[in-house]
Amino acid sequence: MFKDITIGQYFPGESLVHKLDPRIKILVIIFFIVSLFFVDSFYPYIFILLFIVVISKVAKIPVSLVLKGIKPLRFIIIITFIINVFMTKGEILFDIGPLTVTKEGLSTAIFMALRLVFLVLGTSLLTLTTSPIALTDGIEKLLSPFKKIGLPAHELAMMMTIALRFIPTLLEEADKIMKAQMARGADFESGNIINRAKNLVPLLVPLFINAFRRADELATAMEARCYRGGEHRTRLNELKLDTKDMVVFVSVIIYFGLIISTRYIKI
Amino acid sequence: MKDIMIKLENVTYEYKSYIDEEVLTAVKNVNLEVEKGEFLAILGHNGSGKSTMAKMMNGLNMPTNGEVYVMGMNTKDEEKIWDIRAKAGMVFQNPDNQLVATIVEEDVAFGPENLGIPPTEIRQRVDEALEIVEMSQYKKHAPHLLSGGQKQRIAIAGILAMKPDCIIFDEPTAMLDPNGRLEVMNTIKKLNKEEGKTIVLITHYMDEAVEADRIIVLSEGEISIEGTPREVFRHVEKVKKLGLDVPQVTELAYELRKEGIDIRDDVLSVEELVELL
Amino acid sequence: MIIDIKNVNYIYNPGTPFEKKALSNINIQIDEGEFIGLIGHTGSGKSTLVQHLNGLLKPTSGDVIVDGINTSKKDVSLREIRQKVGLVFQYPEHQLFEETIYADIAFGPKNLGLKDNEVDMRVKSAMENVGLDFESLKDRSPFELSGGQKRRAAIAGVIAMKPKLLILDEPTAGLDPAGRDEILGGIRKLYEKEKMTIVLVSHSMEDIAKLANRILVMDKGELVMDDSPKEVFKRAPELEEIGLGVPQITNFMRELKSKGYDVNDEIITVEEAKEEILKYLRSREDV
Repeated sequence: MFKDITIGQYFPGESLVHKLDPRIKILVIIFFIVSLFFVDSFYPYIFILLFIVVISKVAKIPVSLVLKGIKPLRFIIIITFIINVFMTKGEILFDIGPLTVTKEGLSTAIFMALRLVFLVLGTSLLTLTTSPIALTDGIEKLLSPFKKIGLPAHELAMMMTIALRFIPTLLEEADKIMKAQMARGADFESGNIINRAKNLVPLLVPLFINAFRRADELATAMEARCYRGGEHRTRLNELKLDTKDMVVFVSVIIYFGLIISTRYIKI
Repeated sequence: MKDIMIKLENVTYEYKSYIDEEVLTAVKNVNLEVEKGEFLAILGHNGSGKSTMAKMMNGLNMPTNGEVYVMGMNTKDEEKIWDIRAKAGMVFQNPDNQLVATIVEEDVAFGPENLGIPPTEIRQRVDEALEIVEMSQYKKHAPHLLSGGQKQRIAIAGILAMKPDCIIFDEPTAMLDPNGRLEVMNTIKKLNKEEGKTIVLITHYMDEAVEADRIIVLSEGEISIEGTPREVFRHVEKVKKLGLDVPQVTELAYELRKEGIDIRDDVLSVEELVELL
Repeated sequence: MIIDIKNVNYIYNPGTPFEKKALSNINIQIDEGEFIGLIGHTGSGKSTLVQHLNGLLKPTSGDVIVDGINTSKKDVSLREIRQKVGLVFQYPEHQLFEETIYADIAFGPKNLGLKDNEVDMRVKSAMENVGLDFESLKDRSPFELSGGQKRRAAIAGVIAMKPKLLILDEPTAGLDPAGRDEILGGIRKLYEKEKMTIVLVSHSMEDIAKLANRILVMDKGELVMDDSPKEVFKRAPELEEIGLGVPQITNFMRELKSKGYDVNDEIITVEEAKEEILKYLRSREDV
């Protein structure tokens, strides 16, 4: 049943992390990512790891859930590791057939793989603790200064909201159309790639047509509800920064500032 | 003088067919007044022009000829269009295709947000609207997990939150099961009786039209029968010829009259017919 | 016997937090030549049940035997089952996809591997059966048709597979009375002329009363009634308890009888009611 799939991976809660303004959380993640790329030795990773552990403890998110974020990216992480192991020149440790493994290679590979793992863990912490709606609101607000240079911040956010709203509906519809075509003898499971792609036509054509029909009806309904773009629009839940947001923001900046400084100040 | 909510003056609506560029007329020279507080049902088979007419009542469609007024405001007046749409809200057929947000209360807030209402008042309106449609306990839910009838009630709440005086329903129950239909019809009746909203209900279900104060039957874009439910269903033959149904008891009374039984010709309910026999 | 459902249970998403029992211990036999009305409110399990009849779903436990073939068997030919059992989903017009009506209706027969002239014949007869004119419509796009016509074209796409058993899931949903009568008339024709066995899922007790000769009632995943329409509609209070009803006319006759009139209340159509009341009134006059 496609209906039960939740979009994003929001893990509802009432913790400090959950309650933080989404703009702050997005900015924190940006700092997190930036500092990750400034780190050039192993030991600052301890602080990165500490950050991740502390945040997930405060947010009361099960470790298994945080780690789950790595699963879809495990191949990319492994490939990065392999490439780095074999492609770096240096002191030879041992050979596997025509390939040689160097000390530097092994160290870079572990370093790069860890960087990716941390990257994934950090961003999944953001999506785990922030509802899609809050995330969209945060992005809209953060982008709004760029409206002056023609960036349609409100429209982008509205598109994201509608996409989130309709993904489950469309998935359910795809399931239904697929079954209906299977009842007419369509085969979605066998054959080579080209045949399989061809066999998708009876699924994709109705899906697109229905999506356009829905879009048309939704546009009319939105107009009937007085939608006229982002101008003069208010919100039910306005984003407001309070003291805790500011405190968290300042301390996090200092923390990541120190991590970044490890690149330049060697102890 | 009676308060007029919506007024159609010699309204004609023409459109071009997609296929062969032919000009078709959906609504032909219609004159109609909807009074404040009235519950009007518009009946008609598919393609009779009833949806087009509904969409003209809040400026989603503009008449080719004639004028449409909502509380005295002409729908052609571009400056008034948002006032008109806030005063004459509209609920559509497909519950899925009119909900915008991923959380019920955010969706109900969509209309007032567009009107630029301050957040504290939006909160108040949202809670009130959800209370009226009896969906308060679902305010944090995701709409796609609700039943059809529930989704439709959320859509109604979304309109109510704009504080309209009139709500136009365009076949709101066509895609619902009997339970969902009942939920929505009860909500509509409540809005009319308790909240004093003017209701325009477009439908092809006769048992729903029976609830109205007045019915107009559209055919080929013209009003072909008009009157109270009793007056309209008296024309069993004509109603059937227009591709519509009459309630089974009305049909039975009609059949019995044909057999020479002396029975009133405007029976609408089971109880009435039992009384008469 | 075309369908034999034996002790069927079905559970959605077993072993996950979303686990949900949709069918419990269902036993149904369907013979050729039956016209079955399947009723139950949304979520009663009727959609899950019909998907078992052509192998789209397989029972978690128990057996579904379609014309001698067990759908759970490992090397079962689903194509063969789907040729025997045609399933028309709700709003079938949303599955149209070809450029012409002809091609869309031919999709099923072609998937069965039939020869061109056989496909041609089937498309023709299917269009005729649903009341669409072959010559004038075959090369038109299905998307140019009116709502009711689109639906009939989609139903023709299933009929063209010449199933022995045709299942229709609320084929009249969202149509106006004229559109509904056209569809129901077509189904009656398939039953009478083409001798197809029919399972009609519907919320309209009036429609079921007019057409079916046996009614299955589902509630909470269980089969709670399986009887002739007259017997089923006798149990009005039970039906109402599970969110269903009886035709208005049946209600009327029951009401009349409860007021002390000596009439037969096993009546499910307007014509029957008319005869019964005339009989009653005339007998009263004679006295």
